[in-house]
Amino acid sequence: MSGAAFRLTDSTLRDGSHAVSHQFSVEQVRGVVRSLDDAGVPVIEVSHGDGLGGSSFNYGFSAVPERDLLRAAAAERRRAKLAVLLVPGIGVADDLVEVAEIGVDIARIATHCTEADISEQHIKMAKRLGLETVGFLMMAHMAEPEDLLSQARLMESYGADCVYVVDSAGAMTVDSVRARVALLKEHLSCQVGVHAHNNLALAVANSMAAVGEGADQVDGCTTGLGAGAGNCPTEVLVAACEKAGIPTGVDPLQVMDIAQDVVRPLRPMQGVIDRSGLLLGYAGVYGSFLLHAERAATRFGVDVKDILLELGERKVVGGQEDMILDVALELTRRAAGAHAAATSP
Amino acid sequence: MTVPCAIVGSGNIGTDLLYKLLRSPVLEPKAMVGIDPASDGLAKARALGVETSADGVEWLLDRCSDFRVVFEATTARVHAANAPRYAEAGLVAIDLTPAAVGPSVVPTVNLADHLQAPNVNMITCGGQATAPIVAAVRRTCPVPYAEIVSAVASRSAGPGTRQNIDEFTRTTSRSLREIGGAVASKAIVIMNPADPPILMRNTVFCALPDGYDERAVSDSIEAMVGEVSQYVPGYRLKSPPVFDEGPYATPGGPAAGRVAVLLEVEGAGDYLPTYAGNLDIMTAAAVRVAEELAVKGAEVRA
Repeated sequence: MSGAAFRLTDSTLRDGSHAVSHQFSVEQVRGVVRSLDDAGVPVIEVSHGDGLGGSSFNYGFSAVPERDLLRAAAAERRRAKLAVLLVPGIGVADDLVEVAEIGVDIARIATHCTEADISEQHIKMAKRLGLETVGFLMMAHMAEPEDLLSQARLMESYGADCVYVVDSAGAMTVDSVRARVALLKEHLSCQVGVHAHNNLALAVANSMAAVGEGADQVDGCTTGLGAGAGNCPTEVLVAACEKAGIPTGVDPLQVMDIAQDVVRPLRPMQGVIDRSGLLLGYAGVYGSFLLHAERAATRFGVDVKDILLELGERKVVGGQEDMILDVALELTRRAAGAHAAATSP
Repeated sequence: MTVPCAIVGSGNIGTDLLYKLLRSPVLEPKAMVGIDPASDGLAKARALGVETSADGVEWLLDRCSDFRVVFEATTARVHAANAPRYAEAGLVAIDLTPAAVGPSVVPTVNLADHLQAPNVNMITCGGQATAPIVAAVRRTCPVPYAEIVSAVASRSAGPGTRQNIDEFTRTTSRSLREIGGAVASKAIVIMNPADPPILMRNTVFCALPDGYDERAVSDSIEAMVGEVSQYVPGYRLKSPPVFDEGPYATPGGPAAGRVAVLLEVEGAGDYLPTYAGNLDIMTAAAVRVAEELAVKGAEVRA
């Protein structure tokens, strides 16, 4: 987008997939892509919330295979570039071949912030396919800035065109975002991006701080539709940037309408930071665990707060949704043990 | 009389394997071959009185008549190149890479079918840990779809695994069908950098058809865990199997329910500390397979 201070990627149809338990329909995808493309959003990401191949027992099965959603998105977009997410270990590099044929332009390859070396074959495959390639360092709050830089350097060395600081847990404060983005900007020659979650109500502030440090790419989700208490809300980011004199290339009023009329109906309560959402940011837990943890809490009769705190304690990383079940069972056993102890003579 | 063996590859797997072979009543590790003279594995082998070479597989092939069994603990690509040469030299190959040149084996499931195979594949640590559970469910009812999540401590995953994570997921997934007996499958692998490192964790989900017998499924799983723990003592159920009512629309078709099996593998602490159960399950299974091939395979041949 010429004249924009950064390139905006809207991930409503990828990170937002978590918030709708991966039940997006072809019609919903068409509607969101059409309207965002119209409003001048330069990049639109479409995938299962856990990336290509994410449809599973562990993360939830997609209602519609993602290749069908991507075909619908590719048919609908006119100007916007189409992006996908791939998490090595969940999806495989060959998944990129099919989506490149569908018309995807950008592959975003995501690893935990200390595991960048598992992305080499995927980043190289994306580059071979002629895709623009982003390295996506998740749970970036768990790595000190210098460590994050060394991981970002690996991704750059594999060919990434941009490396993202990804606050998957919505656990980062403004200073911690600033420090990481500034260090990456100083030492990398590729672009730097930021992906923020709103569990501490800092997503917009963190994204703007990143832009202040020179971030080239910023992610949002319309209405914040996404994991945990939600992502950086695209329409709020665009409006706030305009107030701050930061050009985005997107019309604020138009994107507000999209949020209200197209995306908000998908999940009317999106954007509320309730206790569970806040706890994710507070305890540093991967955002997409939220709905799974709430279901486990209901099923096993344990407190969702205890599940989330224990997950944070265990330093579980993105993708380990199965540990929610493990923690819920352990809490049940502990409660039974405490009960037995309390009632024994 | 013991069976003379060589280990090719001096990384995490090869070195852990060495410790286990030294305890085998049947097998005798006579040499370890690497390509890096400075590798820690070769140094450990020398200290344990085992002959070493950093000249790679050529050194081994030059004196192949000294060995009966070769353990490949390198990478899939290297094994694909070496396998025909081992065969030509008359060496039985136990392949601990995901190359899958020979049939894949899990000691408790299908080893008896392959006692005379000149080359057998040990799948992956995830496959060794989870395919038996799928097979245990399959003993009681059809499994339209099986899925596993394998999480290992980052420090226990060597560069071979890390640079080829797709090979790991694909090979593991295939074993859920070929050995586990599922119709469709998926494998997910996670590297967890937590410090102190996590024990290897595996979660197995099996889709269950209408009319499955919860008790029979549970009993079969628990029996299988007991069998695997015969050669991997740290292999255990974290909780009793958890059943959920569906319906589920799985990649292998509709399913009435599912069972989730949470497993933990604590290592023996031979080379890496006990968190690295992923090394143990590979190397312990490989030793078990080699022992059976050496003893029972010889009986069958005679």
